[in-house]
Amino acid sequence: MSDMKVVADPGTQEIVITRSFDAPRELVFKAFTDPEAVRQWWGLNSTETVVDRLEARPGGQWRFVEREGDGNEYGFHGVYHDLEAPERIVYTFEFEGMPGHVLLETIVFEDQDGRTLMTDTSVFQSVGDRDGMLQSGMESGAAESMDRLDDYLAKARG
Amino acid sequence: MATDRLDGTFAALADPTRRAILARLMAGAATVTELAEPFDMSLPAVSKHLKVLERAGLITRGREAQWRPCRLEADPLREVAAWLEGYRRFWEERERRYERLDEYLREAQRKERPGDRQAT
Repeated sequence: MSDMKVVADPGTQEIVITRSFDAPRELVFKAFTDPEAVRQWWGLNSTETVVDRLEARPGGQWRFVEREGDGNEYGFHGVYHDLEAPERIVYTFEFEGMPGHVLLETIVFEDQDGRTLMTDTSVFQSVGDRDGMLQSGMESGAAESMDRLDDYLAKARG
Repeated sequence: MATDRLDGTFAALADPTRRAILARLMAGAATVTELAEPFDMSLPAVSKHLKVLERAGLITRGREAQWRPCRLEADPLREVAAWLEGYRRFWEERERRYERLDEYLREAQRKERPGDRQAT
């Protein structure tokens, strides 16, 4: 278990995630701003990440594409508002599958005796957008878990 | 998903006796007497809990006058599970991404150590 915490107070437009990493913050900052680093870790084990654009400067654009084994692609893009190595990155984030729903993300890295505490604050355009993000993947994932619950209940009831 | 129904389900679940009753009903239908057995509680007290569960749609009761067995109903629990599932997925997906970052950082630090540098 990691020390990840997710805070999403009811009725607000924010999600705040904190997590620490066992590396100096210069390296963590690089992991977020170097195209080759992003290609290596951004995404999931089942996806391949293509860094289409990563202009790590205020006003620069970024676009990453996650490619699944079956060929499905998911694009994400935004604009860097501010970068202060190694402590702060501010950018907009938009999932191309849901155009028009833009969020502002601020990532702060704090040094903790050679480790790094990351605080990632996302501000959404509405509470509804925020809640939608928290419930992301619900449709596909819920179907699977519902099947399991059905199986369980069916067995339980005989 | 109807929020008021979710409210009702959570309210009904917010009691250890009622959760224990549901757990017992997972094993199959049971009468009020059978359900009351493990609790130090009068039959009317148990009946009250059953009414709350019935109103929330978590159980149904048979028509048989004497026996009236209670049965678990899956729908409200399914809605609770669906509600939780989204959060679980969000959480797990984030954590899986950060685990990949952990891995990247470990590897990058290993490469930075002079002893590990490959002679080329």
